Amino acid sequence: MTQSVRQAAAAGVRISDLRKSYGDNEVLKGIDLEVSPGEVVCLIGPSGSGKSTLLRCINLLEQPNGGAIEVGGYAVTDPDVDVDQMRTKVGMVFQQFNLFPHLTVLGNCTVAQTKVLKRAKAEAERTALSELEAVGLGHLAHRYPGELSGGQQQRVAIARALAMNPSLMLFDEPTSALDPETVGDVLAIMRKLAQAGMTMVVVTHEMGFAKEVADKVVFMDGGVVVEQGVAAEVIGNPQQARTKDFLRRVLDPNHVVVEED
Amino acid sequence: MSMTARQRSLTIKAIQLIVLVVAVAALVLATNWGKVGKTFFNFGEVAPMFPDVILVGMRNTVLYTLGAFAFGLVLGLILALMRRSEFGPYRWIATAFIEFFRGVPALLVMLVVGFGVPMAFEVKWPLWVNVILALGLVSSAYIAETLRAGLQAVPKGQLEAARSLGMPQWRAMITIVIPQAFKIVLPPLTNEIILLTKDSSLVYVLGVMATQYEMTKFANDGINQYNAGITPLVVGGLLYLVLTLPLTALSRWFERTTQATSRAPKRATEAAKKEEVAA
Repeated sequence: MTQSVRQAAAAGVRISDLRKSYGDNEVLKGIDLEVSPGEVVCLIGPSGSGKSTLLRCINLLEQPNGGAIEVGGYAVTDPDVDVDQMRTKVGMVFQQFNLFPHLTVLGNCTVAQTKVLKRAKAEAERTALSELEAVGLGHLAHRYPGELSGGQQQRVAIARALAMNPSLMLFDEPTSALDPETVGDVLAIMRKLAQAGMTMVVVTHEMGFAKEVADKVVFMDGGVVVEQGVAAEVIGNPQQARTKDFLRRVLDPNHVVVEED
Repeated sequence: MSMTARQRSLTIKAIQLIVLVVAVAALVLATNWGKVGKTFFNFGEVAPMFPDVILVGMRNTVLYTLGAFAFGLVLGLILALMRRSEFGPYRWIATAFIEFFRGVPALLVMLVVGFGVPMAFEVKWPLWVNVILALGLVSSAYIAETLRAGLQAVPKGQLEAARSLGMPQWRAMITIVIPQAFKIVLPPLTNEIILLTKDSSLVYVLGVMATQYEMTKFANDGINQYNAGITPLVVGGLLYLVLTLPLTALSRWFERTTQATSRAPKRATEAAKKEEVAA
């Protein structure tokens, strides 16, 4: 993964007054967010707070209703933008991995390189294998996703995204669907990626990870940013009542935690 | 008289067996076996039909079937994609087309296309084109519905992941979604080709030439050609089974293998485990 960071300069993100509604239901009510190149930002907040929607707006998996998004100085909300071109620069990791079950692990990591970036097969495979090695799964290159554990699948999904040499990585609750014992492997890879200088926006419930790895933590609730700042500050010493309440629920082991979807 | 449950069950079985034996015996005794044999199984008499019914008839049956299936598959895929389109008119056209060709008899379509198309459009192409057109139109309607179900069964995340990697919509469909959809619908598609094999017998209504005969035509003509009752029809039926039984076996095999390598099973098990841990 060091390779991808070496090849593509990390990009920053600038979001201003972002709005998104589903019918009458306004999910994002004017979000402003700045992510500097190489910065790691964790989005936290209760279920339905709009954090996943915000993340999915950045690569236009959700079409915003208003506001502007810039990635690496590139206005992705411009109506004339080449969305597909933009997405090759923005890696996305999903909660449910979404590996392609009909392709091998190697096929998963090469298909977009050859079909979208038009790389030669040999070059694509070399890049894919080096990314798979970096997540510790080079030996599984010829297996099918169905034969892998959840944690392994998610690591392949990260390698698949990195093989495109993105300048920004988006993570949508990457460990929420994992067995507890495999969460650590995935977080370790994300930590390494952060150290290598990748710009990362991460929706997560892993407060330990956020506190340790994130440069900035953004707490969202009800479609607005309630509080944001240095990770240790927001998590260690929250100022807003809603943030305090949320963190108490998440961090207090004696508190009954209601599992999110 | 009191019986245990076991005795009662045995008695009932015994009675059923006796009734069956009596019925079969009565049938066997009442039947004129010589006559039945001459009518249905007079294979020696119809031996001369074999080279043609296989080399011409079976060949044409396979040709008509495969041609119609290929055409139906392409048209069916287009219709399935149209039915899932966000553009209203595409959906309406596809729906109307599918409902029409599912709702009218294949025989009628065969007659209309076989006689009507050459008349109305003044085209003079070979008969097999009309046959493939007619059978393909009918099967495309069924194939479209099958494929639509398959496309719907591919999780939405697959398309999202492909698009996130920079694939345009068409590329994501061709490379990621459609191959998975086909894998899901292989068993019903094999079913469709079996139906087509049998429907190809309708060609005989078009008054075809000897080189265009398929198996049913040979079988039907054989009744008058040979003094063997309807043995030619039995031969025809058996030859259809030669074609369709392997397809049935293939369909079963597909069903077993797609079940064995079930797609994306992790989701359910992990959600279950997650609940276990949370509880």
